[in-house]
Amino acid sequence: MLFTSYEFLAFIGILFLLYYVVPKKFQWILLLGASYLFYAMADWSYLVFILVTTVSAYFAACAMEKTYTDQKAYLLLHKSEMNKDERKAFKAVQKKKRWHCLLLILFLNLGILAVLKYTNFAIANLNGILTFTGSTRQLDYLNLLLPMGISFYTFQTLGYLIDVYRGKYPAERNLAKLALFVSFFPQLVQGPISRFDDLSVSLFEEHTLNWQNVSFGLERILWGYFKKLVIADRIVIGVNTIIHNPDQYRGTFVFVGMLFYAFELYCDFTGGIDITIGVAEVMGIRVTENFKRPFFSKCIKEYWNRWHITMGSWFTDYIFYPISVCGPMLKLGKWSRKHLGEQIGKRVSVYLSCIVVWFTTGIWHGASWNFIVWGLGNCVVILISQEFEPLYRLFYQKMEGKGIHLQGNFGWKVFQVTRTVLLMSCLRLFDCYRDVPLTFRMFGTMFTNWNWNNLSGASFLELGLNGWDYLVLILGLLLVFTVSMVQRSGSVRMKIADMPGIIRFGLWYGLFLIVLILGAYGVGFDASQFIYNQF
Amino acid sequence: MDTLLEILKDLHPDVDFELCDTLVDDKILDSFDIVTLISEINDQFDVTISAEDITPENFNSAESLFALIERLEDED
Repeated sequence: MLFTSYEFLAFIGILFLLYYVVPKKFQWILLLGASYLFYAMADWSYLVFILVTTVSAYFAACAMEKTYTDQKAYLLLHKSEMNKDERKAFKAVQKKKRWHCLLLILFLNLGILAVLKYTNFAIANLNGILTFTGSTRQLDYLNLLLPMGISFYTFQTLGYLIDVYRGKYPAERNLAKLALFVSFFPQLVQGPISRFDDLSVSLFEEHTLNWQNVSFGLERILWGYFKKLVIADRIVIGVNTIIHNPDQYRGTFVFVGMLFYAFELYCDFTGGIDITIGVAEVMGIRVTENFKRPFFSKCIKEYWNRWHITMGSWFTDYIFYPISVCGPMLKLGKWSRKHLGEQIGKRVSVYLSCIVVWFTTGIWHGASWNFIVWGLGNCVVILISQEFEPLYRLFYQKMEGKGIHLQGNFGWKVFQVTRTVLLMSCLRLFDCYRDVPLTFRMFGTMFTNWNWNNLSGASFLELGLNGWDYLVLILGLLLVFTVSMVQRSGSVRMKIADMPGIIRFGLWYGLFLIVLILGAYGVGFDASQFIYNQF
Repeated sequence: MDTLLEILKDLHPDVDFELCDTLVDDKILDSFDIVTLISEINDQFDVTISAEDITPENFNSAESLFALIERLEDED
């Protein structure tokens, strides 16, 4: 059931009604039923996979928590009989038990994800190697099921397990509550990847009907539909024309397609997240924000702190830090400092961890070399900018010496923001074209086949969009930009809430009519699946 | 504490680590800084800071970081 389908609107409409009608203590149970129904409507067989993840996580978390309670009770009882070393040894044994438990469940769940998502990718690579070595033998591809949102719910569940392992919070003792955390339907298909301690309180607590929650939630849903249906599903036609016809659309068109895709992806993904957060908000449930005006970032590092925030923080907390500070990596760091010198040595472990994280981020997005190269491309840019930081500082100091204050200068900020947007858009080309060599070729044509005449109005009309569509896109993107600018000084919805009723209702109805009239429906349009649903 | 402040100053000479208590919250220390910092602390203080110790509460100020080091020294 797509967020953009009428079935979904009917589904959430009925759910909102029931949510506030049923006794409050049953609200979370209703949500669990709705989430499983939502998932089953996509495919009944998906339930098997999400149940395996939920049940395995439940027992593993309880087992890990038991080691904590046993440890506490034992140490309390035998405190006077044990010296410091004995206590330490006892704690180490308990930690090892937790570690084995965690490892088993990580292996099971990542194994399921790996088999379903990456087997055919591995077969494709093996076939490539066989062809390269001159063999005529080819392995058959497997017809595997890929449950909707498996990457999202697997990572969310593993985050919960690792937190319990670390003793950040106790295990959830109610299997049904954990099942709701894993399967909560608004965020099941494209995130955000929530943390248990962030989501669980508002997910399980009782909610009374609150006008502000309902109005703010509906506003957010409407805004999400605006971005998705009016902008993303319209601009996608131009993007597809360019990227699916690489022989015809080169050079200047690649640049145009690259920018169009940046707008499409932003409006598609943030639109979907707006709907997710809005649906939850109507029911009084707080879902973590996943974007903070990423296109206003001055550098790529800042961009990744503002784009798909929950994924970035997940990879930092659960992959980057554990790898960077694990025993072997610290030993490698020491060895490299001793043999390669202080400057290179201290970078080795951080850079290696960074490469692992970005490789994983790439392959998490999709089983293809395009995503792996995209991930590693991000890594290279981040590491280069990290190395350039002292040079930037020197540059700013020299400029200051000459009386030119670049930091805080509006023009300089615009340059930095434009640079980041262009850089990220170039990297996203890997997301567009069918393979890595083609992506590099098309990127190259931007420098070899540039033709200013292609930027004329007539060329734009070849891309499947008419003048009216372009007008809608320009005005739509201007509205998105304006809202982002206003957001810098605080919540837009709070500002709207403070307006006189007539203006407030005027804005809502206006936006509703815009979505209704200008949404990409009808002949030539197809309300398409959200891009991140495929991950 | 002086050794810790020296390590921090080496990372960001422009920050007043004695006063700042939002090092992580305000993203003054990023993930690269934190890993470099841990490596230096492990060496200088002979403790082992593990991934589970990397929380904003422990890394938001020099004071909280020093408290973590003392706690780990005590455990060792």
